[in-house]
Amino acid sequence: MSPAKRLPSKRFYGKGLSGVPLDSLKGMLIVIEGPDGSGRSTQVEFLKSWLESRGHAIVDIGLKRSNLVSKQLGEILDGNVLNPVTLSLFYATDFADQLENIMIPALKAGYMVLADRYIYTLMARDLVRGSDRQWIESLYGLALVPDAVFYLKINPKQLVERNFLKNATLNYWESGMDIGLSRDMFESFVRYQKLIQSEFMRMSSIYGFTIVDANRSARRVSMELQAKIEPLIPS
Amino acid sequence: MAMAKTPSTKPPVAAPRPLLRERPVEGKLIAVEGIDGSGKSTQLYLLKRWLEMQDLKVFLTEWNSSVMVKNITSKAKKLQLLTPTTFSLIHCTDFADRYESQVLPLLRAGYIVLCDRYVYTAFARDIVRGCNVDWITRLYSFAIQPDITFFFKTPLKVALTRILDGRPKLKYHEAGMDLNLSTDIYESFRIFQSRILNRYLAMARPYNFTIIDATRRIEDQQKEVRRIVAQKIDLPVFKWKIKR
Repeated sequence: MSPAKRLPSKRFYGKGLSGVPLDSLKGMLIVIEGPDGSGRSTQVEFLKSWLESRGHAIVDIGLKRSNLVSKQLGEILDGNVLNPVTLSLFYATDFADQLENIMIPALKAGYMVLADRYIYTLMARDLVRGSDRQWIESLYGLALVPDAVFYLKINPKQLVERNFLKNATLNYWESGMDIGLSRDMFESFVRYQKLIQSEFMRMSSIYGFTIVDANRSARRVSMELQAKIEPLIPS
Repeated sequence: MAMAKTPSTKPPVAAPRPLLRERPVEGKLIAVEGIDGSGKSTQLYLLKRWLEMQDLKVFLTEWNSSVMVKNITSKAKKLQLLTPTTFSLIHCTDFADRYESQVLPLLRAGYIVLCDRYVYTAFARDIVRGCNVDWITRLYSFAIQPDITFFFKTPLKVALTRILDGRPKLKYHEAGMDLNLSTDIYESFRIFQSRILNRYLAMARPYNFTIIDATRRIEDQQKEVRRIVAQKIDLPVFKWKIKR
């Protein structure tokens, strides 16, 4: 083990934000990605406790949580009224608000930021709906490159079981019902999740995700995440 | 156990796309741009009347914020939440809503769509606020390029006099108060407008603006606008096909 581990300095994927002194972002940014039912939020909880027990201060972020637009975004999703580009931009606004008002200040102050989903989910959703890839990549050029991205990969059949276990129902959006893959919600869910997963696999080769087998118990997954995060933490 | 991968920092490379994408539609898009007080809305209204009287399919849309955006911005302003990036994204969201649900469907349906301000308004304003030029132009690249963009060119002084003579109640962002140009809202407005004007002038050539001298008589300007429209657009094609 090297005596003094340091984080590589932060950078943005592309263009968008100006006037951010990247050298001053001392904190670590860890992203957990995975579909609903992959145990993602549970893992974020576990990680938070584990990191706090070791004395790290944590700020967590997620999708649809901005002060600015989360409420309106919720209303829009319930009403299902927006066209695709408009909806993408709404999510991007929600992300940018958290980026500038929560993440960057926290990273400056030396906090660890745990992101329960990040731009990759937003990109994958748009891409399977046929959005222009270059447009989406440029839009999210404003995002910071995380120090690590873990993708909880789970087989769609397991995912169905876990979703039913949790809610006894499938979510309209998580089933991709808006894109008309099938009128049967179960069928649509499985096909949609497969599409999202292949998009994640494709993105993994570009953005460098660490794929974690989430078909296992929460404890096993958690142990693997800890083992992989530990060596990255600056000492 | 394998180590966690280091995320790739390679930015996704995309070819520059400085101009709006062209997409084939049946209709025609005419936009007017210019700083506040340039008289562009009056000219567009007169153009609309002229086209309507020829029994053509016309629709005029303004660069107004929807109720949704108004609610968000007024809340954000109170909480001092907006940054140039989120300001720009919220307005782009609003534009996208109007574009996807109104402008594009009308263009597909063979209308002549008249836009009182278009994406160039956002380019000018957001770039003055410090947004990255490349990012902002790509952000709006889902929008079609107008067939004609009239730019109503006015010396700053003339436009400012028209607007400020009535000592109107200026809105915070409209006056660029968020840029800390001056603590006096009228002075801030003056500086902000002069920067916007410079951005417009820089865009005139790359975006192929048709420049109209907005210091001339209203009637003369309108005559020129109508002449250019008739010359560039085969108007009879846009006549109503159904009996009304």
